[in-house]
Amino acid sequence: MSGLSFDLIALQLFTGLALGAIYVLFAIGLSLIFGMLTVVNFAHGAFYMVGAYAGLFLVSMGGNFWICLVAVPLLVGTFGMIVERFLVRPLYGRGIDYPLLLTFGLSYIMVELIRIAFGTSGYPFDTPELLQGAVDIGVGYFPLYRLFVIGATAVVLIGLWLFLERTSFGLIIRAGARDPQIVRVLGVDVSKVWLIVFGIGTAIAGFAGLLAAPLQGVIPEMGATILAEAFVVTVVGGMGSIGGAVLAGLLVGVVVSMSSLFAPEMAKVSIFALMAIVLLIRPQGFFGRAGLMS
Amino acid sequence: MPEPMLRIRDLNGWYGPSHVLQDISLEVDRGEIVCLIGRNGAGKTTTLKTIMGLLDRRSGSVIFKEEEILAAPAHVRFARGLAYVPEERRIVQGLSVRENLRLGLVASKAKHEETRRIEDIARIFPRLAERLEQEAVTMSGGEQQMLAIARAMIARPDLVMLDEPSEGIMPVLVDEMFDLFRRMKSEGTTILLVEQNVELALAIADRAYVLDQGMIVHQASAQALLADDEIKERYCSV
Repeated sequence: MSGLSFDLIALQLFTGLALGAIYVLFAIGLSLIFGMLTVVNFAHGAFYMVGAYAGLFLVSMGGNFWICLVAVPLLVGTFGMIVERFLVRPLYGRGIDYPLLLTFGLSYIMVELIRIAFGTSGYPFDTPELLQGAVDIGVGYFPLYRLFVIGATAVVLIGLWLFLERTSFGLIIRAGARDPQIVRVLGVDVSKVWLIVFGIGTAIAGFAGLLAAPLQGVIPEMGATILAEAFVVTVVGGMGSIGGAVLAGLLVGVVVSMSSLFAPEMAKVSIFALMAIVLLIRPQGFFGRAGLMS
Repeated sequence: MPEPMLRIRDLNGWYGPSHVLQDISLEVDRGEIVCLIGRNGAGKTTTLKTIMGLLDRRSGSVIFKEEEILAAPAHVRFARGLAYVPEERRIVQGLSVRENLRLGLVASKAKHEETRRIEDIARIFPRLAERLEQEAVTMSGGEQQMLAIARAMIARPDLVMLDEPSEGIMPVLVDEMFDLFRRMKSEGTTILLVEQNVELALAIADRAYVLDQGMIVHQASAQALLADDEIKERYCSV
């Protein structure tokens, strides 16, 4: 086993966690939107991609990465709210397939518009100066930026958790995801809540796209790849479950990075194998509720 | 002079193509307990839902505190002081008793005095006071019903509509609940009650309307109806 030392495996585990952190951010937005609005947002990848391009654009205008960390989620979230208000909202109450088809079509339009504006080839995205280099994490040197990705994800998760558990608006979201009608007869304008939840979900997707940009570069198709992987994450974690999205996101990240270490030719299919196994043993996913779609 | 709280004229409602409410007219005065009785499927629940704004197709007039609310969405009706406790209680899974109570205040002007309101309501519902931090769905059916009523009452609505509050609940708790309704009335709450347990409901009500096939077929004082075995037999399957 020369070359496959403990340290290497441990480092690869951290690489998997950083990759998983991006999945987690992507999937919690997807899960939040599905859990609350029962909208399967096929444009989620496109919002992610727009987040990366928004960062690219802001940096080219003289902004820096730290400004982007705040501005990109705000921009993408606002865009998300416009999409919910004018495109998704008219389709509520018509069954799950209408918003699905709408967001599917929308994602193509968004990708095409980005191609027109920025060209079809990708761009590199510089790692911010402060986060370049590597640090010793005990098992070897690990890129500082990836550590930052894990930390930033943890901050978003803690913030989201506090928001959901400790605020009145979070209480409305938790109750509304289970029973929108009771929330309505208790005086809540549910359509406003849906608007904001869609905004939060897409803002986090934009944030994830920005975080991923220095790792993978920026291309118009970057959202399509992660969308497929994120669906694996939501299926494994359980549709609509945020806790499930976190656990499954990290797991999928680790499975991808481990299989690319041990069996690179299997890296692409390993997560689908994972999904198949989970579906056989626990069809509703780790934390999903059975029969959610029925 | 009785002051009309809710005045409904020629209310019609549809579920898809079926015309489920036909020309319903009824009135509830401030401080009254008015009861809707009738067989299963007579349109009692649908009447309450339509008053709350939960039926999409409706026509006619619903005047609440002198304002027409027929076109208003449910959350606006709540803001005007109309509360509704649906049939299946609808206690939210995953939330504690306290969180369910807080939910009754999230859209209310009284949100800033949440702690005090919860203390006040806990005094009225001592069973809930002992269980504030418990997950609400682990309580018994009767306790969950108490919680559903408390959740609707915590914002202090002017009129509360209760759909089958005694359904599936232990008799001892049913008595407790009906005592509570009397107390709510004496403190100024107006109640529109749908109840299968006709004798019990009429014992606390001022007036009653009898529904059959989506129409009001009879109305009388509760006392008169209690004595009217023919009507009760014909429309209430008791």
